[in-house]
Amino acid sequence: MTLAQDASTDTDPVPEGHVRLTIDGRVIDAPKGELLIRTCERLGIIVPRFCDHPLLDPAGACRQCLVEVEMGGRPMPKPQASCTMTVADGMVVKTQHTSPVAEKAQAGVMELLLINHPLDCPICDKGGECPLQNQAMTSGRTDSRFTETKRTFPKPLPISSQVLLDRERCVLCQRCTRFSEEIAGDPFIELLERGAEQQVGVADDKPFQSYFSGNTIQICPVGALTSAAYRFRSRPFDLRSTPGVGEHDSGGGAIRVDTRRGTVLRRLAGNDPEVNEEWIDDRTRFAFRYLSSAGRITRPMVRGADGVLAETSWTDALAVAAQGLAAAKEGGIGVLAGGRLTVEDAYAYAKFARVAAGTNDVDFRARPHSAEELDFLAGHVVGQGPEVLSYTRLEAAPAVLCVALEPEEEAPLVFLRLHKAVRKHGQQVFHLGQWTTPAVERTSRGTGAASPAAKDNLIPAVPGAEAAVLAALPSHVVDALRGGGLGGGGVVLVGERAAEVPGLYSAVSALAARTGAVVGWVPRRAGDRGALEAGAVPTLLPGGRPVGDARARAEVEALWQLPSGSLPSLPGRGTAEILTAAADGELAALVVGGVDPYDLADPAAAITALREVGFLVSLEMHTSAVTELADVVLPVAPDAHRAGSYVNWEGRRRPFEPALDASGVLPDCRVLDTLAVEMDVDLFTQTPAAAAGELERLGARTGAAPAAPAVPAGEPRRPASPGQAVLATWRQLVDHASLSVDEPALAGTARPALVRVNAATAERLGLTEGAPATVRTARGMITLPVALTDLPDGVVWLPGNSGDSRVRALLGAGHGDLVEVTA
Amino acid sequence: MFEFFKGFGVTFSTMFKKVVTEEYPENFPPAAPRYHGRHQLNRHPDGLEKCVGCELCAWACPADAIYVEGGDNTDEERYSPGERYGAVYQINYLRCIGCGLCIEACPTRSLTMTNFYEMADDDRQNLIYTKEQLMAPLLPGMEQPPHPMRLGDSELDYYVQGPSLEKVDVTAVAAEAGR
Repeated sequence: MTLAQDASTDTDPVPEGHVRLTIDGRVIDAPKGELLIRTCERLGIIVPRFCDHPLLDPAGACRQCLVEVEMGGRPMPKPQASCTMTVADGMVVKTQHTSPVAEKAQAGVMELLLINHPLDCPICDKGGECPLQNQAMTSGRTDSRFTETKRTFPKPLPISSQVLLDRERCVLCQRCTRFSEEIAGDPFIELLERGAEQQVGVADDKPFQSYFSGNTIQICPVGALTSAAYRFRSRPFDLRSTPGVGEHDSGGGAIRVDTRRGTVLRRLAGNDPEVNEEWIDDRTRFAFRYLSSAGRITRPMVRGADGVLAETSWTDALAVAAQGLAAAKEGGIGVLAGGRLTVEDAYAYAKFARVAAGTNDVDFRARPHSAEELDFLAGHVVGQGPEVLSYTRLEAAPAVLCVALEPEEEAPLVFLRLHKAVRKHGQQVFHLGQWTTPAVERTSRGTGAASPAAKDNLIPAVPGAEAAVLAALPSHVVDALRGGGLGGGGVVLVGERAAEVPGLYSAVSALAARTGAVVGWVPRRAGDRGALEAGAVPTLLPGGRPVGDARARAEVEALWQLPSGSLPSLPGRGTAEILTAAADGELAALVVGGVDPYDLADPAAAITALREVGFLVSLEMHTSAVTELADVVLPVAPDAHRAGSYVNWEGRRRPFEPALDASGVLPDCRVLDTLAVEMDVDLFTQTPAAAAGELERLGARTGAAPAAPAVPAGEPRRPASPGQAVLATWRQLVDHASLSVDEPALAGTARPALVRVNAATAERLGLTEGAPATVRTARGMITLPVALTDLPDGVVWLPGNSGDSRVRALLGAGHGDLVEVTA
Repeated sequence: MFEFFKGFGVTFSTMFKKVVTEEYPENFPPAAPRYHGRHQLNRHPDGLEKCVGCELCAWACPADAIYVEGGDNTDEERYSPGERYGAVYQINYLRCIGCGLCIEACPTRSLTMTNFYEMADDDRQNLIYTKEQLMAPLLPGMEQPPHPMRLGDSELDYYVQGPSLEKVDVTAVAAEAGR
């Protein structure tokens, strides 16, 4: 923060758009519309406050920031709240430092706030980092004049499984209700009752099931909102804090990791105005128990002659792995990196495949994918940084179109920006999707589900027909993306689900060319974008260099100190093709990072391939379907124990340092480096810093971007019989994700798993709302209650991996496939 | 010459004074009533622990002699009334200076000091007292935790009626409640 310069004399002209006022005898110029409390801050005068928050609208709820104000030579009759009053020309302000009136007023408010506040600071979670405690200690009375019995409420009141409310401590500053209303847009909590009985509460039938509820705990200026996971675990002065980066999604949100006695106790949102401002989603905040879950692998394991995995030493495990891989090199090695890697690890996988395995068969995409997607990424995404499209640019855009992307579920930080832009700048957000999801509703400019505006911003498409719909967008959407005829300005965000719809990436590319809109690729996993940059893809070397380009290969060979022409020049295979090849015996060995076979398009085929392949090396944190079949399992370090960096969807590097002791566990890049050394090649990726340094020296490609894909739009599948429907599906934020394990309080805030169909389809299929319906394929079935939603006719929606709905594992089907639906 | 007898006079007169020598360990006199001896973790009258694992004693300790880890009570496994209990409790008597600040800090009167002072050992490890060593013995009517709350429905009943509960026959109350 820069301190304001005092205006030197009264004779200087007041700058355009500014006013001149006096605060505590100092003359200052402030921009028009600035809040008095901010002007004081810039002068270094701290006015005490509770309800004021720079990212929330002014409320004037706590009255702690009273100051004396004089306008036009006449003092205002009563002290004024400086957090709601804007500056004006000629204003004379006296804060508590110079005005006995303001000081007395503030002391009175403090005494009032403390009347019913319990004296339980020693056992309160907030004690030690509590604004109320701090201000009571610095400027409150030393003794209390209040002798009556304090008002009490039953406590704690769980307003969700994650957030507990202690109403006695609440000072009614309304930060939490304002956050829910203004930032998250899901006002589950509200002020109830009046007078002394006034309290924060939820509706009886609607608990606080917000994906952002954790932020209210963090901004609560007293200990009224506490988290079930952290309650009574520690005090602020016990904790050691390390800045970190969210590892659950591609948003790259800044977090603060608080540890004590070698365990992570809580995570808070960091303050990064460029990225996440001061907010994070609940999964990033609460899902860290995977660090200590029962499934964590801490010792290397080798499958013995008896077919049982047994713990062994690192030297033994690496020797066995290297021997097996060296023997399999003739037959071919495939590398599946997975989408949870830091950019350094992904680089190590990419280099391991090229140098140690001698192949381009490396892919990070542990999800349905397509060749069209690779072309799109090579043409539009790789190498682009936040200078092209950032959160700031996204917020400033007049119109945004989300294609095959459910922002709140897949990229919550993107959703928060879109919501902010809609609210503050009137941004138009269109969604090419299937139904009016909560995110569609809350990014509409109207209010409520019933308002026509909510429907306006959904562009419905039958799964599989998205590309055709995109090619024939309504003219008002195209105009909006053009920026109202000003040329450009709009933004198209495309999610990873687009790979399941043939022709959709091509259609996005064509739309961008047609409207001048900027394209952003928002994957769901934190590692996807970094792995793309690091070259863990079959057609691209690090820095987005095409493998087919001899000059690009020569650049990489020079830096890797390889003989000329030693890098494989044929494009490699994608994840699905690698697994098919492994099942058919075309590949003799697989090296698999953090891949869950049940995320892939065909889990059964993936499991078969993993079982059939001659030699399987798994680098994992937790036991999984892959480690069960692996010949060698090498444990890798979770983020809390290592340094590294992610590349978020903007293309921004998000480095982090280890929050816990980094000894005893090895990151992927170190494991791969040691494994390669055993195989007689050196990757020089012993540490994340070394890997990052080398990737930095490689730089970006020098040639032009390859042409965007031009795949014709696919036709959606047509139901063959009346009992069939087209499946629409995507994953919800809080679900059975492998990193969300062991967190029951968080799981309690998950959205319910429901089968969604529209009323007409329900009638045709004989379904009734609330009654169970069964969705069936040849592989299996899922039975869930029905909810009537505004889906297109003949479409049924299931959450990807929530509750009993594990679509890929149980049905073997995906977005756009045909399913049987019965009551 | 007079100086000579004067000196012996002191010696002689001492023979008629009260002997201050303590015949320890043959004779084991009690310490002063409020002597800062070994700590004790107290129990509610039904045997539930008073410690709530708040760690304030550890924070008050100027010698960093106390180590506490709290744990969660569940309805199946309850050690104290309320939400939390002290799962791990250690006092390192190599460090303890007997100042008693921990006693002042304790919000539930769980931690108090006894008159017991024989805490010498030739093994440093033995001087780190664990929770089992520090817990007060089970008096008649007390039951070894974990067990449900016998004297009320919530922790408030234990704290608000604490003084009166101390005086009543616990077994009778529990029997009356039909638990």
